[in-house]
Amino acid sequence: MSPSMVSTSKSKSFLKSIHIPPVFYFVISIFAIGMILDQGIGSGDILTNPVILTNIFVRSVALGIVAVGQTFVIIGGSIDLSVAYTISITSVMSSFLMAGDPSKVPGAIAIVLLIGTLIGLANGLIITKLGVNAFIATLGMGLILRGILYAAFANFIGSVPRSFEALGYGSIGPAPISIIVLLLVVVVGWLLLTRTKFGAHLYGTGGNNEVARLSGVRTDRVLIAAHIFCAVTAVLTGLFVVSRLRSGAPWVGTDGLYDLESIATTVIGGTALSGGVGGVWGTLGGVLIFGIIDTVFNQLGIDPYLKNVLKGAIIVLAVASYTIRSKQEAA
Amino acid sequence: MSTTTYPKSSGAASLAGSLWNSLKAIPPVYPIFLVIFLAVGFLNPNYQTLPGIFSFLRRVAPLAILTIGEMMVLASGGFDLSIGSMVTMVIIGSSMTLHNDPNRALGSIVLMYGIGALVGLTNGFVVSFLRVPSLIATLGMALLVKGAALYWCGGAPKGYFTDNWRFFGKGYFENVPLVGQFPASFLILILVAVITFYIFHRANFGKQVLAIGDNVRAAQLSGVKVHRLRILVFLISALCAVTGGILIGGYGGIGTNVGEGFEMQAIAAAVVGGTLLLGGKGSVPEVIFGAFTLEALFALLNLLGLPKPYRDAVQGLIIIGAVAYVSLRTRRRR
Repeated sequence: MSPSMVSTSKSKSFLKSIHIPPVFYFVISIFAIGMILDQGIGSGDILTNPVILTNIFVRSVALGIVAVGQTFVIIGGSIDLSVAYTISITSVMSSFLMAGDPSKVPGAIAIVLLIGTLIGLANGLIITKLGVNAFIATLGMGLILRGILYAAFANFIGSVPRSFEALGYGSIGPAPISIIVLLLVVVVGWLLLTRTKFGAHLYGTGGNNEVARLSGVRTDRVLIAAHIFCAVTAVLTGLFVVSRLRSGAPWVGTDGLYDLESIATTVIGGTALSGGVGGVWGTLGGVLIFGIIDTVFNQLGIDPYLKNVLKGAIIVLAVASYTIRSKQEAA
Repeated sequence: MSTTTYPKSSGAASLAGSLWNSLKAIPPVYPIFLVIFLAVGFLNPNYQTLPGIFSFLRRVAPLAILTIGEMMVLASGGFDLSIGSMVTMVIIGSSMTLHNDPNRALGSIVLMYGIGALVGLTNGFVVSFLRVPSLIATLGMALLVKGAALYWCGGAPKGYFTDNWRFFGKGYFENVPLVGQFPASFLILILVAVITFYIFHRANFGKQVLAIGDNVRAAQLSGVKVHRLRILVFLISALCAVTGGILIGGYGGIGTNVGEGFEMQAIAAAVVGGTLLLGGKGSVPEVIFGAFTLEALFALLNLLGLPKPYRDAVQGLIIIGAVAYVSLRTRRRR
């Protein structure tokens, strides 16, 4: 065999191994529908104005980062409903701690990362060691965080220094930093899931916890690690959100619907809610769908309240398009 | 779940034993409520008087009604996170349809029950036939309903509630024999409690709901119509939410955030009332006292000077704590 033939067969098998998640066909069709609507009813700017096109991605960054974390816990057969409050706490705490002073940025980031790790650890411990159902544990954790958050902060507080805003607004060459960060998180998530022992164990745990445990996987540890990872991605989203808003408020996470939307995008991306199946590239596709819908709504000038009505319906129907095929009764 | 075994000894020991067993059979929510309410009464003598107690009942009645509805869904194994938004919808929708005209009160209330029925049926349909987990289905519905309500009023509700509409949540029946005044909202709670007690504890419906909450497959195989029941529990929950919403609006007036957080309060109250999350156990009288207990606990925290936002944290701790307690106990028994 000549060397060139080896390389072509290798690249072919590499192409096969990539396997594009089906959600991307959805992305393309939604994009096409959005363009037609925009051309017909809206201003038709989306295609011609590259700023709006980039904006689809920038809008997707905040949701995308935390959705990668959500994908991890859902693959592990768990779920995290407390991410919206983790995002709120991060945005408020970091802008409060930074107080507009560039020298305080590293300290503030370290502290919010620590807080996020603790939240993830607490979630993981409550679920694995206390045996509390993940829905309930993280719903309860969300309430606890909400209580603390609103007891401590009532409004926008502090601000981030100009240099920190680069995360949200800056760009390296033509590529916005935020998109690079998102892709970085997705790639790290992909590598963790497909190239490490932890990833394999996570799929095993989500597929069948008992079987995985009996075959020697420390399922509790794997789940706790997944929850910490998820909380840390929520922290990163919080940092990105606050860099865009320039100041944090206790409602930015919940108003951003990060809990519901991160779960919905994960499910739309092909990760089963029952765990054990899925991946981060599919989730990225789901996130892009939401980014496109958001942008199209904006271009069409849809009333913000009506937007929520449509979003609620779209989220439920999108999830339904996956769950309807399941043979199990939902509860 | 718990089987009490009676000791087979004779005489005083067996009497004490059976007394102890019957004491143990009392659901914990009643003594807990008593202790907390006595503590509240000790700190604030207002709660020792009949008007003070009636005022407490008037305030807590809506939550108790919401909790009854939520309990039915929880007992069937699901969640209903849309009731808070439903309360908001009732408050905004009523303000829009009343037009400050007392004659429109009846029509407005009927319309609200219509919307509630639609929302409940949709929730049940989406969960049963589209197989979307109720948590996601009702969260999406919450977003949709609140969005629709705010879209309806354009962001800010107009007008005010008429006095006859507000009577249900705020008013008292005067010159009632023995007690003098009697809160209207408490009467409505009693009505709702009697109806739901009958359908949940006396008719087959309740047993079947508990059966599907305990084990869907087993219930299905023994002939329970799972889908119909699920749709019904979501319908009841939504109708309870409308009733609660009318009382809450009557008591507190118009606002766009009034309904916020009621779904979590109802879940916490149901858990305090011994409801098993993810299904299989629930009781109407116990969750009513669960709601009373939660409200008394809030009053207690208030008297102790804890800021209001900590209520959420307390609810979260209650929910996690109760479920962890049950789970650890069953795990130890295994």
